Amino acid sequence: MKKIEAIIKPFKLDEVKQKLTSIGISGMTITEVKGFGRQKGHTELYRGAEYSVDFLPKVKIEILAPAELAAKIVETIRDSAQTGKIGDGKIFVTDVEEVIRIRTNERGEDAIR
Amino acid sequence: MAKYLKLAALLLFLCSTFIVTVDTPVFSADQAPSAAAPAAPAAPAAAAAAAPKIDKGDNAWMLTSAALVLMMTIPGLFLFYGGLVRGKNALGTIMQSFIIVALISIQWVLWGYSLAFGPDHGGIIGGLDWLGLSGVGADPNPDYAATIPHQTFMAYQMMFAIITPALITGAIAERAKFGTFVLFMLLWATFIYDPLAHWVWGKGGWMGTNGGMGALDFAGGTVVHISSGISALVACCMFGKRIGFPQEPMMPHNLPFSVIGASLLWVGWFGFNAGSALAADGLATSAFVVTNTATAAAALSWMMMDWITRGKPTVLGAASGAVAGLVAITPASGFVGPMPAIIIGLVAGVLCSSACNLKTKLGYDDSLDVVGVHGVGGTWGAIATGLFASKLINPAGNDGLFFGNPHQLLVQVIAVLATWIFAALGTVIILSILKAMMGLRVTEEEELMGLDLSQHNERGYSM
Repeated sequence: MKKIEAIIKPFKLDEVKQKLTSIGISGMTITEVKGFGRQKGHTELYRGAEYSVDFLPKVKIEILAPAELAAKIVETIRDSAQTGKIGDGKIFVTDVEEVIRIRTNERGEDAIR
Repeated sequence: MAKYLKLAALLLFLCSTFIVTVDTPVFSADQAPSAAAPAAPAAPAAAAAAAPKIDKGDNAWMLTSAALVLMMTIPGLFLFYGGLVRGKNALGTIMQSFIIVALISIQWVLWGYSLAFGPDHGGIIGGLDWLGLSGVGADPNPDYAATIPHQTFMAYQMMFAIITPALITGAIAERAKFGTFVLFMLLWATFIYDPLAHWVWGKGGWMGTNGGMGALDFAGGTVVHISSGISALVACCMFGKRIGFPQEPMMPHNLPFSVIGASLLWVGWFGFNAGSALAADGLATSAFVVTNTATAAAALSWMMMDWITRGKPTVLGAASGAVAGLVAITPASGFVGPMPAIIIGLVAGVLCSSACNLKTKLGYDDSLDVVGVHGVGGTWGAIATGLFASKLINPAGNDGLFFGNPHQLLVQVIAVLATWIFAALGTVIILSILKAMMGLRVTEEEELMGLDLSQHNERGYSM
């Protein structure tokens, strides 16, 4: 079991979701997040007072999947979220010890099927 | 900056020569309607001769104008200010304007109107004869407006008494203790606004045209804008800076609110300026037109200032420019033509945006730029009235410098200085007493929590 977390540009969310559904991914969780990396923030101007805004809005996608599917998912996200410009985001893959479906108490891969 | 000042000076010079030549024919045509209206408010002598009779058209317009001016405070001003503060202070800021409407409405009926417009005592203050509106009824008072009920005039003036202290709240936003704030407003209205209104508009007041030295202030440049702007400067210094100012970003939490507020101010200001003709006559129309013209010019010039000096035309800049233009044209609105109105507006946008830029350098925390917009804009407007006023527009007014009467400029400058000094000293005294009695600011913890929760136990936004 793997967890794939991807931080992407917000406007890419729809495209990424469509590509993931088309390869058979049946569930995901998204969160609106803010952060910065190499892409710096911007400045805002209010009546002559300039503020620099460091944290930029991004979307975080979380997907749980059987280990053998992880590579395919990463590849799909990478291709659909890429613009080639700085600030496209990152993908993290981690091992997951256990998954429980609350309604039925199913465990492991059964819980995400 | 010197470049812009030079540009402005050049513009001013070019246009001033232009106006004298161009304006005359335009407004000789408008002479007929204003001459045909014997009820022109600034001609009480003529009106007193005829028996006062209520004109239904005038009364309808003046009641409408009163409502328009109320709309400037609620919701105009509270949206303008409310949008500029941080989300945790939204309700607290809205409440300040809202409760002033209630507070001053009662103060005005009980003693405010009598102090401001009651029978004169030495040119300084009105008497207590009209306490509780005794003797202020449906019959017109020819000293002020011969064709509308005295109570209509009173109600119209009430809305001015409301918005003026409300303007000051922008300078002490996000940190005033609510109880102190309420007392401050009540004392300020009584000891500063009411005498000032008497000086300028009261029968026998020493400053104005109703028996005084002849300072021209059509709709309240000195009484409303200079007084609130200068008091705002004193108040923000005495209240001290907000925690974190100016290092921490304090961004407006809802600029669309502010733009809606500025727009409501623009619309309501027709009641403020055109209504100050106190009749539905040609002078009201002239004031309406120059008000809109100056406002438009100032919105454009502030936006251009942002564009040229900061690289982007900001929306808040355009909205603030409109307000600056409205402020600047206020004293001049019944005395100048449309061409001077354009200059007054253009200069107001440049001056006021420069003043707001200076704020952080000078280090005082006038949170929502009351000084930069109302103090500077009001002062410019009062002086501009001394430059551009013309009897061709309003025979009951006077000519300014560019129409051959340099003395008017001197009178305007004296009025400005007197208003500065009186408003500043009065505010220092009131706030010193309140500081010793109850303290001005909320505690540090309450300030960090925000006024909504700490002062009112409510939140503006529950998301």
